[in-house]
Amino acid sequence: MADLAHDTADHHPPHESTGIDNRKLGMWVFLSSEFLFFGALITNYLLYSNRAGYDGIYPAAIYDIPFTSVSSFVLLMSSLTMVLAHNALSRGDQNGTRTWLFATAALGAVFLGGQVFEFTEFIVEYGMTMQTNPAASAFYLLTGFHGVHVAIGVIMLLSLWGISRRQGELSEKHGMNLELVGLYWHFVDIIWIVIFTVVYLLSYPPT
Amino acid sequence: MAGDNQVTATAERPQSTIFKRPSSTKGLWGWITTVDHKKIGIMYGYAAFFFFIVGGIEALLIRVQLAQADGEFLTAGAYNAMFTMHATTMVFLFIMPASAAFMNYLLPLMIGARDVAFPRLNALSWWIFFFGGIFLYSTFIFGTSLPPISPDGITGNLAPGGGPGGFGFLADSPDGGWFGYQPNAGPLYSPGTAMDYWALGLQIIGLASLVSSVNFIVTVFNMRTLGMRLLRMPVFVWMSTVVAFLLLFSLPIIAVALFMVTFDRQFGTLFFAPVGGGDPILWQHLFWLFGHPEVYILILPAMGIVSEVIPVFSRKPLFGYSAVVFAGAAIAFLGFGVWAHHMFASGITPVAQAAFGLATMTIAIPTGIKIFNWMGTLWGGRLRLTTPMLFAVGFLAMFTIGGLSGVTHAIVPSDWQQTDTYYVVAHFHYVLFGGAVFGLFAGLYYWFPKLTGRVMSERLGKTHFWLQFLGFNLTFAPMHWLGLQGMVRRTWQYAPGNGFESWNLVVTVGAFIIALSILVFMYNWYRSRRRGDASGLDPWDARTVEWMIPNPTPEYNFVNPPVVEKLDHWWHLKYTEDEEGRAVRRPEADQMIAELEHSELNPESPIHLPAPSYFPFIMALGLPIVFYGVIYHTTVWGKALIAIGAVVTLASLIGWGIEPLEEPMPSAHDDEAEPEDEGDADEDEEGADG
Repeated sequence: MADLAHDTADHHPPHESTGIDNRKLGMWVFLSSEFLFFGALITNYLLYSNRAGYDGIYPAAIYDIPFTSVSSFVLLMSSLTMVLAHNALSRGDQNGTRTWLFATAALGAVFLGGQVFEFTEFIVEYGMTMQTNPAASAFYLLTGFHGVHVAIGVIMLLSLWGISRRQGELSEKHGMNLELVGLYWHFVDIIWIVIFTVVYLLSYPPT
Repeated sequence: MAGDNQVTATAERPQSTIFKRPSSTKGLWGWITTVDHKKIGIMYGYAAFFFFIVGGIEALLIRVQLAQADGEFLTAGAYNAMFTMHATTMVFLFIMPASAAFMNYLLPLMIGARDVAFPRLNALSWWIFFFGGIFLYSTFIFGTSLPPISPDGITGNLAPGGGPGGFGFLADSPDGGWFGYQPNAGPLYSPGTAMDYWALGLQIIGLASLVSSVNFIVTVFNMRTLGMRLLRMPVFVWMSTVVAFLLLFSLPIIAVALFMVTFDRQFGTLFFAPVGGGDPILWQHLFWLFGHPEVYILILPAMGIVSEVIPVFSRKPLFGYSAVVFAGAAIAFLGFGVWAHHMFASGITPVAQAAFGLATMTIAIPTGIKIFNWMGTLWGGRLRLTTPMLFAVGFLAMFTIGGLSGVTHAIVPSDWQQTDTYYVVAHFHYVLFGGAVFGLFAGLYYWFPKLTGRVMSERLGKTHFWLQFLGFNLTFAPMHWLGLQGMVRRTWQYAPGNGFESWNLVVTVGAFIIALSILVFMYNWYRSRRRGDASGLDPWDARTVEWMIPNPTPEYNFVNPPVVEKLDHWWHLKYTEDEEGRAVRRPEADQMIAELEHSELNPESPIHLPAPSYFPFIMALGLPIVFYGVIYHTTVWGKALIAIGAVVTLASLIGWGIEPLEEPMPSAHDDEAEPEDEGDADEDEEGADG
């Protein structure tokens, strides 16, 4: 992607020894830290999810796999629309960019709605709260923090969309912002693939 | 944190912010709104030193209590609070920010850059740290420490502030140790809010480090001047980079662990509560998976400083430069695989004990490589025993002792004997005080001219060194034998008649000698700032490019960033070799220095710098407000605080977003509007939540 043009007037130190835009490199570096954050949360869930002898219901007993599969599919499709937004911008198609940005945010919002529904069902119908047992605590902490990340992503996408609507286009600088949001958004999706596989799909015998 | 997408939305419209843009770089507001890496470094430095004094006073209170058997200077509760706050302060509020001070000030100078990659983000890191420190210490005003609510009939034998001894009021602060072991620090055994202040305060301080680690990594990889290849960077830059990666990968783990504690304490989750099936050992794993890399986070910057100081005062290149660099990286890498050696006594399996014991021993290899390389640098050098050099050599000797006693902990049966005794206290003070603190002082004396244009008094400096060296060894050497005799740590009193009395008195006297040496240092600092000898551009005949610009450092760093051709570029500009390989000063060296003194102070065209901003300061204010709210979330005003903090953060984020990094300043140097890199990368703080 074309980075920002830089004025390297002679009294200016040269920028970007690696050739990667500062902000993009910063986002990559930051995301590498986020992997450890979710790594710790997932490990925590794996440790508690199947310990025998807890009071109350275990999360693994009440997963609604068909429902979560659909919401996972929605989130994965939002990565596709994110790529389409990026692609549209690089082709100079401002209308397309705006449309796909909104679609990405909307799909993210649908996923979040699914999570709210899931949590409500678990709490109201099955009585599984954060305080029920450590497995439930770990489940809510992990999926809750993922949900917070998705929500932040949706807000960022909507901001970009709003800027694009107001100004009629996304300038070159915003192209970089779109890339940054895109990186973040794909990260959130990738983490969800891991969570959906490891937490929802795989089952663990009680220990 | 979405507002950042508007970052550039209105970047084309200057002066569009909510507030009028700060325009002065002077006075109090100049400090509050600065985005200059040097000023931020100085603020980090003074804050760190302030907390060093506070943590030192806490240590002295501990030592007075232990000066004699059955001491009753402090109550038991106050004693627990003091050792907890001493360690927490020294680790998170002194050594880490002191290292950050050096990194902030020196990193851009050493790689020939104008500033860090994200100047406003840098200011944000500093202010988050600052408010985090205040938040943590506000526990002394707002926090409470109550007797345990025990479900199993075990009741606290002493109310935290009660019982014999004085200073009971100090007990209303965190008292669960800096490691916050569960369930002792959980909701049942530490009710009251003090441990909440601890957990959330560390969360804030950790966020500050996370933001600056991203900033430093991008700076080092992207902002190097021409020719500054990675393996031409000074070792201090390398070690700072390694530390940034350590922070990047270890902080998220402690963030998760601290969130778990906070949820346990505030929202009734059961992560670490044995009564509900939680596993306290998990806390130990998570804490030390962060905590052991943290040890290297504390020591590697000092190793970097020493690697700069020793070659300069030996007048030789660093022996085995690339070995020292790679050894530093290897220490960091291995450092993630040894955490359970802190837990040999916790009942982990023999296989785990053997594996972690062996892994721990391998750390001695890269550490040994470094020590031998420093010695190889000294060997055959023309040594100048200036104050920085004395501290560097002191570091080398003391750190080696601490490293060797550390290897004895890798031997599991031996470690069982030493666990929770003063032998361990002796060990880590030899590496952290004898290592890190000596290294930091070496750096302070060495780079003082860069701050002030003056050198510190050598006479007072040497007095400081010898007093500190004597006091340090009197304090911590006897702890080895006290520990081996069986004196246990973190225990309020010891009974008479076990042979502990005389050594404990020596230790206490030693601690006060250290305090005296610090007073000498403070006087030296105060005096030398005003009346020290002028340093000129290159007072130490140094090797690295930060000494190619006048002292004190001009606001814009370099007028003409050097084009680096070699490792130790500055040295090679001044010196050449004769046939026998001896360094010979080039005849034109003095002329070159005189020219640099002139040209680097008189830019031909105005130099554009990032403009100051209110928003890092305001945004940093938001998070502690939210966390105060979390502690009192059951009350109405707790909820109100959460809302207020969120609004403050969001508003400043939007303000930050629409404020361009640079804009025409009414001050001295400006005119051309340069489309410089926008450098805000606010996105990075999304980590805030996580």
